[in-house]
Amino acid sequence: MLAMNYRGPYRVRASQKPEPKIEHPEDVVVRVTRACICGSDLHIYHGLVPDTRVGTTFGHEFIGEVVEVGSDVKTMKIGDQILVPFNISCGRCAFCKQELFSNCHESNPEATAAGGIFGYSHTCGGFDGGQAEYVRVPYADVGPMVIPSDIHPDDAVLLTDVFPTGYQAAEMGGIKPGDTVVVFGAGPVGLMAARSAWFFGAGRVIIIDRIEYRLEFAKTFAHCEAYNFESIGDPVLFLKKQTGYFGADVCIDAVGCEAAGSALQTITGKKLMLQAGSATALHWAINSVKKGGIVSIVGVYGPTDNLIPIGNVVNKGLTIRADQCSVKRLLPKLISHIREGYIQPRDIITHHIPLEEVSDAYHIFSAKLDNCIKTVLIPPSARN
Amino acid sequence: MENPNEKYKEIKGWGVDTDLENEPNYPIKKYNGDDHKRLNWERPPLQPVMGEILKSVEHPRMPAVFGTQNPPAGLSGAVRRIAFKYDESEYGHWLNLLLADRINVIEGVIDDIRHGHFPNIFSEKGMKADWKHNRKELVSKVVVATAVITAVCLLSSQKKKSKKAHLSTLA
Repeated sequence: MLAMNYRGPYRVRASQKPEPKIEHPEDVVVRVTRACICGSDLHIYHGLVPDTRVGTTFGHEFIGEVVEVGSDVKTMKIGDQILVPFNISCGRCAFCKQELFSNCHESNPEATAAGGIFGYSHTCGGFDGGQAEYVRVPYADVGPMVIPSDIHPDDAVLLTDVFPTGYQAAEMGGIKPGDTVVVFGAGPVGLMAARSAWFFGAGRVIIIDRIEYRLEFAKTFAHCEAYNFESIGDPVLFLKKQTGYFGADVCIDAVGCEAAGSALQTITGKKLMLQAGSATALHWAINSVKKGGIVSIVGVYGPTDNLIPIGNVVNKGLTIRADQCSVKRLLPKLISHIREGYIQPRDIITHHIPLEEVSDAYHIFSAKLDNCIKTVLIPPSARN
Repeated sequence: MENPNEKYKEIKGWGVDTDLENEPNYPIKKYNGDDHKRLNWERPPLQPVMGEILKSVEHPRMPAVFGTQNPPAGLSGAVRRIAFKYDESEYGHWLNLLLADRINVIEGVIDDIRHGHFPNIFSEKGMKADWKHNRKELVSKVVVATAVITAVCLLSSQKKKSKKAHLSTLA
């Protein structure tokens, strides 16, 4: 089959590899029909996530058709069109049973801090991802769901990660009616977080980034104010002024370990890798939020250490809330929101690219060429 | 402060998920007390271990499922095995894994060539997209790179010439 193949930092290609097999009685094999490139895929593409092995196929946002079913699978059958949450969850461990599906303890031998994730290095379990014609999906009765017939496939693929992650970012903010919410990062997750903040009754939503075309898009998609941090001076002081020198009620870090904006963070975090990425957005979030406020983190960071003003967290009495998204928990609600017409996630998709052109697709997304916001890869077998 | 978006309540879906009880002082979970049972849940069937899977020393047992792709091999595999002797809180774990990743990149190129495939690095880096969408910057990068390489070549050839001249003077 054709699959995306990681060859080293900034180097990927489409190449042939063996089709996946059933390896556990609760597995299914899925013929992929759509697979997105996630913003967090860029961290592994850039070589920032430890234990990313050459030959790995990335892709944790995908949908497809069930083509093979394990002997213990009860709810899925051949021919079902399913969407697959990025988390691999057993549904039986203490964490899954409390709906922390991203923290499953039965899906990742290589680390205890993270649950299994499709195509996201061996630090997340060593599973191949969905940027391929076929993919193995463990615990098929737990995470995946049959795509309702009234849900557009492009909306369905965004329900596997980006929309739920953005929504959970807002949810973790504990937003109260009338709150001012600041979202750092106008990438796909930041856009979804900003849009979702209104669902919780926000009174004002501000998004901060430096990519002008994304800021323009944020204004219409997320109905929010959008500012370029390269033209507002110190973003922390700017946000203090915007909030009557009080601070935002809620700040959301939707950037993670590759944030721009601070030479010190960029050099030590990205260039020299002396910390687990550049934590500029988180730094700004902590310093821009009000005393007693909430910082919600969905940006991805590496497993070691980061330079953040923890003293200010203490002095300001902040609540920091974070997790990988528990996609399965949120699916019923978010499908309902799409049906009600509150949101059309697929509006953020700017590119549909054949899987054969995966090298170009990654570069376009990584270098933010051609006004790219969200890329969907289409395998050849899904185009026939 | 004045809110520039006066009509925010008219945004589709505004306030549908308002939850005054959502005080985020606890992770979002349905607490059921199972935490105190520790690892004693009813386990799923166990995936048979057919090859080498590295396991964190913080796991007392193999999780029920795992990925089997790209098992540790070669020099990078040896470094990964060393990394997995350390727990997830130690630099010995993560720095060794990063080192192994970099070694693995070189192994990947060698492996490609061994299989008769000379990797097209430019294509793998998506340069075709640069040519299509970012031509001006790509051309300027190529011009600068060519100028630097030419300058280095000229400098080194001049050095060689002067060394030769110096040697012939000595002779």
